[in-house]
Amino acid sequence: MSATELAAGHLTRDVVETTARPPRRMPLLRVWSWLWPKLAAVALVLAAWQAVVWSGWKPDYVLPGPGPVFRRVAQDLGNANFDLGIAITMRRALMGYAIAVAIGSVAGILIARIAVLRRAIGSAILGLQSMPSIVWFPLAILLFGLNETAIFFVVILGAAPSIAGGLLSGVDHVQPLLIRVGRVMGARGMSLYRYVILPAALPSFVGGLKQGWAFAWRSLMAGEIIGIVSHQVGLGQQIQFARDFADAEQLVAIIVVIFVIGVAIDSLFGMLDREIRRRWGLLGVEA
Amino acid sequence: MSNILQLSDKHSLSVERLTMAFPHNDRLLVALQGVTLEVERGELVCIVGASGSGKSTLLNILAGLDEPTAGRAHVHGRVALMFQEAALLPWLTAAGNVELALELRGVKRSERTEVARELLHRVHLDGFEKRLPHELSGGMKQRVALARALAQDADVLLMDEPFGALDAITRDRLHEELERIWTESGLTILFVTHNAREAVRLGDRVLVFTSRPGRVGHEVKVDLPRPRSLDSPELAVIAGRITDRLKQEMVD
Repeated sequence: MSATELAAGHLTRDVVETTARPPRRMPLLRVWSWLWPKLAAVALVLAAWQAVVWSGWKPDYVLPGPGPVFRRVAQDLGNANFDLGIAITMRRALMGYAIAVAIGSVAGILIARIAVLRRAIGSAILGLQSMPSIVWFPLAILLFGLNETAIFFVVILGAAPSIAGGLLSGVDHVQPLLIRVGRVMGARGMSLYRYVILPAALPSFVGGLKQGWAFAWRSLMAGEIIGIVSHQVGLGQQIQFARDFADAEQLVAIIVVIFVIGVAIDSLFGMLDREIRRRWGLLGVEA
Repeated sequence: MSNILQLSDKHSLSVERLTMAFPHNDRLLVALQGVTLEVERGELVCIVGASGSGKSTLLNILAGLDEPTAGRAHVHGRVALMFQEAALLPWLTAAGNVELALELRGVKRSERTEVARELLHRVHLDGFEKRLPHELSGGMKQRVALARALAQDADVLLMDEPFGALDAITRDRLHEELERIWTESGLTILFVTHNAREAVRLGDRVLVFTSRPGRVGHEVKVDLPRPRSLDSPELAVIAGRITDRLKQEMVD
């Protein structure tokens, strides 16, 4: 280290660091800056929708405007049968998803750990992810009949590969240096997985969970729309009913409800994802 | 390590005719060839060599991360290894990183918090226990890595250019702290660097590595009193001679 190096003024950050954290911005301001672009987008979409309706392109019994649709949503939500429909759909979604998470996680770990298994089906996992879930339904109906088992079969086939794939790519992309550090500290085999590899793979795993949810939700809607379980009427089936009765207001109202549920759950995953990435130091400077 | 070498009591680390070759584009790349060296218990030995001289490979073998192609390496007791990057687990706090090393060593849960706090105190990180790695500066990260290495309660500490990426002042302070910890603990340290001054600043002895394949080409005993200053003329003279050696090796 030469004198010129010192004179160049490499000021060590150790000197200026303190134990105090930088102050957070005002919470209200943060919420507002998060909210307003979304509100603006919603307003634009509603305005465009209303404009199309006013243009008279289609009669309003085919394409109703936002006003009647939202009145219908409010009315539906006050209806016990409709709420039961939401509950049935959500129960199916959560159960199917939970099973998919369990199967996907176990499969992901096994494939990551067992080289032969990976060579055998590692790429098949990717292939499965690109299968449109609706192609499974005819087979599912033949195998299980017109019941919830058929729906779960397709939901799991839709979601589990994404979850396994997320875990697998997380495990694959753990920094080799971290694994060496773990081994130097005496972690081997399972303890290396528990303390180093799995935590390091968590951000990617959460990405897989999120994608898996999207696939599960789509598969479920497809299954409900083709009317697999007719005695327990979920949201998808109510859409089909609305079409059968040419009740466009109801149809669009249900689409709105499905969309809102999807966005709500997606933003839960988004929050989880951000929290993990923040903690893992992957976000860069806090915005 | 399978090759157990009979060590005399005073030696903490011993390497004999160690050779390491990697397959590389249909050829064998010989990283180390016939390296022989011994380090006494409590000694601080520096290895200095150009990049590509197999210094890191040697440390990886000593740490048990790689198996040598031929020859023997033996370390008496437990080994800890520090890298050029701090390589902290990013999801654990400073204290959490140290506590994990304690946990893997089998320290009881009830004692870990206290021991980790004490270790972070030794590297002057009081008050930073709850910080995550990305909230720490480069120098602080290396301090945590040092605390974590100490948490392994190793007899031998291997250091692979640990301060290479730090600025001059931070490096200077870490030299002082490493020297203090070494004096207090009686650790055996093998410190790898490409910086001749750093090697002379820290080492009881400096081993000069030749490049491709790596071998111990030359040994310098440093008899300067401690603590040494990086800028002292005596140190500069010795470091200058080592640098000349390194340059000759590179020309050959």
